[in-house]
Amino acid sequence: MASKFSDGDLTPIAGGGLLDRRLLLKSGVVFAAAASSPSELVRAAAGEDASLADPPWLHKTGLPFSGYGTPSKYEKYVVRNIGGNRAPAGDGVSWTPLEDLEGIITPSGLHFERHHNGVPDIDPEQHRLVIHGRVRQALMFTVESLLRYPMRSQFLFIECGGNSNAGWHEEPIQRPLGSFHGLVSCSEWTGVPLSALLDEAGVDPSASWVIAEGADANLLNVSLPLSKLMDDAIVALYQNGERLRLENGYPVRLVVPGWEGITNVKWLRRLHITNQPAMTRNETAKYTELLPSGKARMFTFVMDAKSLITSPSPGQTLKGPNVYEIRGLAWSGRGKIVKVDVSADGGKSWAAAHLNEPVMPRCFTRFRMPWNWDGKPATLKSRATDETGYVQPERDVLIQERGRNGYFHYNAIVSWAVDEDGTVTHVYA
Amino acid sequence: MVRSLMSMRRPAGVFALLTCVALSSHAGAQDSPQTPHLGTPMSKTEVAKWDLTVFPDGRGLPPGHGTAKEGRAIYLQKCASCHGDRGQGATAEDLVSGPNPPTSDNPSKAIGSYWPYATTIFDFIRRSMPPAAPGTLSSDELYALTAYLLAANKIIGESDEMDALSLPKIAMPNRDGFIPIDAKK
Repeated sequence: MASKFSDGDLTPIAGGGLLDRRLLLKSGVVFAAAASSPSELVRAAAGEDASLADPPWLHKTGLPFSGYGTPSKYEKYVVRNIGGNRAPAGDGVSWTPLEDLEGIITPSGLHFERHHNGVPDIDPEQHRLVIHGRVRQALMFTVESLLRYPMRSQFLFIECGGNSNAGWHEEPIQRPLGSFHGLVSCSEWTGVPLSALLDEAGVDPSASWVIAEGADANLLNVSLPLSKLMDDAIVALYQNGERLRLENGYPVRLVVPGWEGITNVKWLRRLHITNQPAMTRNETAKYTELLPSGKARMFTFVMDAKSLITSPSPGQTLKGPNVYEIRGLAWSGRGKIVKVDVSADGGKSWAAAHLNEPVMPRCFTRFRMPWNWDGKPATLKSRATDETGYVQPERDVLIQERGRNGYFHYNAIVSWAVDEDGTVTHVYA
Repeated sequence: MVRSLMSMRRPAGVFALLTCVALSSHAGAQDSPQTPHLGTPMSKTEVAKWDLTVFPDGRGLPPGHGTAKEGRAIYLQKCASCHGDRGQGATAEDLVSGPNPPTSDNPSKAIGSYWPYATTIFDFIRRSMPPAAPGTLSSDELYALTAYLLAANKIIGESDEMDALSLPKIAMPNRDGFIPIDAKK
């Protein structure tokens, strides 16, 4: 229920009822939000009204202390969607439920997964990281020794190169947002700048590539340009303040800021310093994008700017005409997000959303936009611009450039149709 | 060749640790004194146990050899249940497309039409296949399986022998099918 809005507050600044973003900073106003939480829907369906009697937890001692906290049982529906797996079971993905989350940090237990042969259960005392090849001295590091190095922390998104690939389909897929776009997550990663370890090994001037290899039952490997790794790669040991989760590379993973997920090798065990790519499966047969010409884009490492409206989004419902906060996420592998435009009339008019601080390079940016929905059909879109001036493309522009057989690196503008009854669906518009 | 993981399990002895500290403090004074130099120097023999990289020019390929005829028997026993009896794909992806160019409306990205280097086949099987027991195939079996997949894609003959010299010489049909974007080859 909206309150304390003045007539001036509700003057639209773009079509479809978009309001000035500064309204978000005004005190005392209340926005409605799309209903999404299953527990909320269950309670509403049961007709429970909690406002009349004292709840029981006011009158008895609560639950005991716990060694490691877990989410409320009422949030048990907020989980990764494990999907798209083919046999064998270790090869597949799980999706971050972006539609259920707020802010910019993905809880570690909800960070998306892409594994090629399961999650190795690594004993850190037995794990080693080896650096060899075109170096003065090949070196082997224990995890314990890595923990003693000077560290750096950075808030960074990691996005699978195959994220959002249903966008190439002829028909718009109808799924919750996270089960379509949720192969992207954002964490604070802490670890040793890789350049420090490479400097100790003494990289030969003839070196230009590094083959990174993980210690899973796939020995996943990928070739990366040395210059990027020297510039800003992190040998990460911590995620969101605690040691890496098993499924995110425990005890050691490579973090390559802004570059596609496959380059952020989990369970990192070997870095081969060399002068050419190994042309592994992951840079030839996979993670390359076939163009209409029959040629394929290769070494497409950088994740280009993208944005999504997380609320309202498919599966959620607007409860009648009201003033709503449109909420979303934007990110770019090339640096900071400088602007997110939102449209409520299918792209005829746009208005700049409020960017919630902090806005950091190669990190999720949360955007917000006040919207006075009049109950008529509306089409919502968001469009990110990054600090290089790159603007997220419309879908028809991306398909014109890339065709529809590229599979990877789909970053087009996403459209949601809001119906008169408040339902939200995915559309191409 | 069976992949050796023994080096991961070897505990660092006290002597090795002391040696490392002595070496590192010396190196540290010379190079980057702000980092602690805690890596243990490795000999060429030790590195060789870890180094599983195979390059397109054949560097890294082990001794051994095999033909498609030999490979077919191994394929049927260890691969066909997921990839289909002729590499047509089943629960796991298709491996056989023939050497057709990837320009059709529904292009195949299987080996014959898409993969630019034959060495990649050997490398990927060696490090990850079969999924329930990766690292258990011998080098001869790996060469034979690679030969089988190349022959099934009509790139080599049934009797052509694949080894460390012949495999990198295979000219894959889609060798020039790629445009590097964020890095030079």
